Amino acid sequence: MKRMLTFAKRCAKEILRDPIHLFFGSVFPLILLLLLHTIQKNIPVSLFEIGSLTPGITVFSLSFLTLFAGTLVAKDRESAFLQRLYTTPLTAFDFIVGYTLPLLPIALGQAAVCYLAAVPLGLPLSIRTLHALLGILPMALFHIALGLLCGSVLSVKQTSSLCGALLTNLAAWLSGVWFDLSLAGEWLKTAADALPFLHAVEAEKALLQGSFETVLPHALPILLYAGLTTAAAVFFFLRQMKQQ
Amino acid sequence: MYAIQTTALSKRYGSKTAIEPLSLTIRTGELFALLGVNGAGKTTLIKMLSCLTQPTHGDAIVGGYSVKREPQQVKRRIGVSPQENAVAPKLSVRENLELITGIHSLSKHKTEERISVLSDRFSLNDRLDERAERLSGGWQRRVSLAMALISEPQILFLDEPTLGLDVLSRHALWKTIESLKGRVTVVLTTHYLEEAEALSDRIGILKKGRLLGVESADAWKEQTGKADFESAFIALSGEETV
Repeated sequence: MKRMLTFAKRCAKEILRDPIHLFFGSVFPLILLLLLHTIQKNIPVSLFEIGSLTPGITVFSLSFLTLFAGTLVAKDRESAFLQRLYTTPLTAFDFIVGYTLPLLPIALGQAAVCYLAAVPLGLPLSIRTLHALLGILPMALFHIALGLLCGSVLSVKQTSSLCGALLTNLAAWLSGVWFDLSLAGEWLKTAADALPFLHAVEAEKALLQGSFETVLPHALPILLYAGLTTAAAVFFFLRQMKQQ
Repeated sequence: MYAIQTTALSKRYGSKTAIEPLSLTIRTGELFALLGVNGAGKTTLIKMLSCLTQPTHGDAIVGGYSVKREPQQVKRRIGVSPQENAVAPKLSVRENLELITGIHSLSKHKTEERISVLSDRFSLNDRLDERAERLSGGWQRRVSLAMALISEPQILFLDEPTLGLDVLSRHALWKTIESLKGRVTVVLTTHYLEEAEALSDRIGILKKGRLLGVESADAWKEQTGKADFESAFIALSGEETV
C-alpha cells in the first residue's frame, strides 16, 4: 500500500504542477460558466439557467481528466520513466490504482470549484449540492480510465489530440449543455443517448433537484461505461507492461 | 559467489532470435561490460535480467532469485538506469530520489542518509530542490544514476550511462562507477569502447544475439592480435568467429 501511495503522490504532483492542467481543469470551466451565465442574463435561454448550466459545465470539465491521465501515462511510457519503475517492486495494481487515485480528488476539486462559483450566480447551496458533487465520481472514473487506456496505447501527441480536442468536443456536443439535442435531429439525440455524456449531465441535474428516482436510469449507462472502460484500461495497461 | 547466473537464457520475437541460448556468470562485485553493435541484443539481455522482459527459454538467477519465478525478489535487489534519463520532470531532484526510496520502503532516516551520500557523490547538494525538468541533460543523467543507486542495490544495470555527457561529466561519472567496484555488481552497456576498457573487469561481446565470449580487454586484444581494444572489437564484430 505504501508503494502505491508513494507512486500516487508522484502522479498527483505531476498533474497539479502543470499550469495547463490547472487552467483547463479549473479556470476554463469557470470562464465558460461566467460567459454562458452572462449570455443567459442578456438573452434568456432556459438551457443556460444556472441550475442546468452548472451541472453541464461540471460534467464537461471532467473530460479534461482523460487528457491529464492519458498524457501522464503516455509521457511516462515515452520517457522510459515507466520502464525504470517496472524494474522496481511496484506491481501492476500499484500502477493502475496509483494513476487513478489522485485524479479522483482532483475531479471532486474541479466540480467543487464549479458548484461553489455558481452559488453567487444564483445556485442554491444545500445538501443536494453535496449529492451532486459526489455524483460525478462514476463519470470521473470513466474519464480517468479512458485516459489510462489512451495513454497505454497511443503516443503523447496522439493522446493530446484525441483526448484534448476530439473527446472534449464530443463531450461538449453530445452532453446537451450547449444546445437542445432534439433540435439537431433524431440521429444526434440517439447518439447522445448511447453515450454517457448526456446521462451524466441529466443525472447531475436530477441530483441537484433532489429527484433521486430520475437519477437511476441515467446512472446505469454511466456505471456501465465506467466499468467497461476501466476493464479495457486495465487490459491495455497490462498488455503494454508485458510488451516491455 | 555469483551475482548473476544465466542458464540457456534466450529470447525470440516471433521468428526472430534476439538472444541465442546464453550461459553467463557474473561475480559479485564485478564490473561487467556488455558490448555489441546496434541490434546485437544488449538491451534485450539487460531487459531480461532486470525482469522487464520474460525469457523465451532458460532462466537467470539474479541476486539469488529467478527472474522467471521470483521477479519481485529480483526487483528488490537491483537498480536500473535506462538509456534515457527517465526522471519525473515536475518533481524536484529530492522528490525523485524519495520516490524510489518510498517504492523500496526505505525508512525516513535511511532515505535522508542515502540522499545525503548520493548528493555528495553526484554533487547534487545545490540542486536538490530544483525540478528535474529544469536541469540540463547531464545533470538529469546524474539524477537518473542516483535514482538507480539510492535503494542500495546489490546489482546495478547501467544502459549507456554516459551517453550525451560532455568529457568532464563522463570522466566524473567513470570515477563514481569505479568507486562502486567490489561493493556493487555493475552490468554496463556502452558504445564507448574506452569506457568499457577503463572500467570493467571483464567484457562480454554480443553479436547478432550470440555471446562471442567473456574476457578482459587485454585478453580480447591478445586473442585478436590487435594493439588496441577498438581494433579488437571491430575485428570481433566484423567476423563470425573469434
